[in-house]
Amino acid sequence: MRNPLSKTIVEIEPSGIRKFFDVVNEMEDAISLGVGEPDFDTPWHIRDEGIYSLEKGRTFYTSNAGLRELKIEIAKYMERKCHVTYDFNHEIIVTVGGSEAIDIAMRAMLDPGDEVLIPQPSFVCYPPCATLANGVPVIIELQAENEFCLTAEEVERAITPKTKLLVLPFPNNPTGSVMSRKALEEIAEVVIRHDLFVLSDEIYAELTYGEEEHVSIASLPGMQERTIVINGFSKAYAMTGWRLGYACGPAVIIEQMLKIHQFAIMSAPTTSQYAAVEALRNGDEDILRMKEEYDGRRRYLLHRFREMNLECFEPYGAFYIFPCIKEFGMTSEEFAEKLLESEKVAVVPGTAFGASGEGFIRISYAYSLEDLKKALERIEAFITKLRK
Amino acid sequence: MREKILAFIEKNSRIDLKELAIMLGVDVSAVVNELEAMENEHIICGYHTLINWEKTGIEKVTAMIEVRVTPQRGMGFDKVAERIYNYPEVESVYLISGGFDFMVTLEGRTLREVSQFVSEKLSPLDSVLSTKTNFILKKYKDHGTIMTEPAKDERMKITP
Repeated sequence: MRNPLSKTIVEIEPSGIRKFFDVVNEMEDAISLGVGEPDFDTPWHIRDEGIYSLEKGRTFYTSNAGLRELKIEIAKYMERKCHVTYDFNHEIIVTVGGSEAIDIAMRAMLDPGDEVLIPQPSFVCYPPCATLANGVPVIIELQAENEFCLTAEEVERAITPKTKLLVLPFPNNPTGSVMSRKALEEIAEVVIRHDLFVLSDEIYAELTYGEEEHVSIASLPGMQERTIVINGFSKAYAMTGWRLGYACGPAVIIEQMLKIHQFAIMSAPTTSQYAAVEALRNGDEDILRMKEEYDGRRRYLLHRFREMNLECFEPYGAFYIFPCIKEFGMTSEEFAEKLLESEKVAVVPGTAFGASGEGFIRISYAYSLEDLKKALERIEAFITKLRK
Repeated sequence: MREKILAFIEKNSRIDLKELAIMLGVDVSAVVNELEAMENEHIICGYHTLINWEKTGIEKVTAMIEVRVTPQRGMGFDKVAERIYNYPEVESVYLISGGFDFMVTLEGRTLREVSQFVSEKLSPLDSVLSTKTNFILKKYKDHGTIMTEPAKDERMKITP
């Protein structure tokens, strides 16, 4: 029999996180700080709208790009949140989670051999999506001394004549880093000078803490026409299981993305789309409430790690904190395994998000304060033993 | 800051003040001072415990009584309300818009105890015109808290 598989897919490494997942799942009494989704339930009024849409028998496909009402609400949201104006008819597409939007954006934009700059540590899907779109992922290793923010010099250094697209994964999973307006302006200058495009994954945009508000690179002069903004409902509204995201960008790109989407997906889940309309119309207060809670936990974790003398920069985004464990002379993976073995606390090794995550672990604070306190006591006991 | 402190302690009045200060990013003395000030200003009126009595085996009945009254000259409803809320068995008294005037919640050990209160104390008051007693059969949610078992974490243990 012939080999049934494509070489491209076989050569792609499975997500590193899965290995660990199996071990943790078998441990009944493990406390996990390894989850990348909110601990809150979807606010009831949003769920209720989903239920209502089912009761009304709205169980059909929607138009390929998404419900008209939803696209209008997304356009309004982008205007009030990011100060960028999009034509809901031609510049917005509703997708199955932010992940689908990332996938089809790359497919729509890349020709074989086109290079995609991907800063790491970052979410696991960018390199495989680039590869599947026949592009070539080029990794930019973010530096701990920059608190894992991307600099214009780093972009400049990675550019070759084949570079076409820059992925901008901020606020960042796993580091919690955010980009300042100034840093984005410097990057925008490089992007425009080299005639590149940007895929800005802003799925955590609502979860930014501290003085500075989230800035979308699409809002900078000359950037809207070169940027695809990815966003969705999972993180801000605690709607991960609804699988709903969207992309906003220039009509020429969205039009081609829509082609892939219409053949591969048809349309995003209808129930989710109706629920999402409600989320955008009446959900701002829910976001605020959840954000306040995350912010309190974030401060608490940072305080506790500093108390333990564990090196850790202050993260201003998402719901992750990324402490450094280099002092213990182990790899991230060893540290995570030993911590699980001896104290039954699960964290994710930084290397699951790229080689530059070596020496760090990702801790999620999408957990109640009680759980976090319990887990931190165990982590403290663990590192005290290691230091002896 | 007051609003934030209140948001936290409304849900958990036993929160460790040091932890609360860390979460708010302020000094613990600032939190203590604010709490004291709010207690003095009677913004914080108490730190009570939410008990699901059904689970304790201790018998209790709660009634919500709709009361229609004639307001007293010069005093409006306040004087009448005072006569009612001074009874220790009265849990709460609200002035209500609509078809009646006061909503009075009352806790007693037995149905008889509650109806005795209504017939012997509440109804005979001069200004009370009529009462309608509604007994609570089951409490699903109280003070923003669902009284059934806490939900389990349904998430997978590790996700990217």
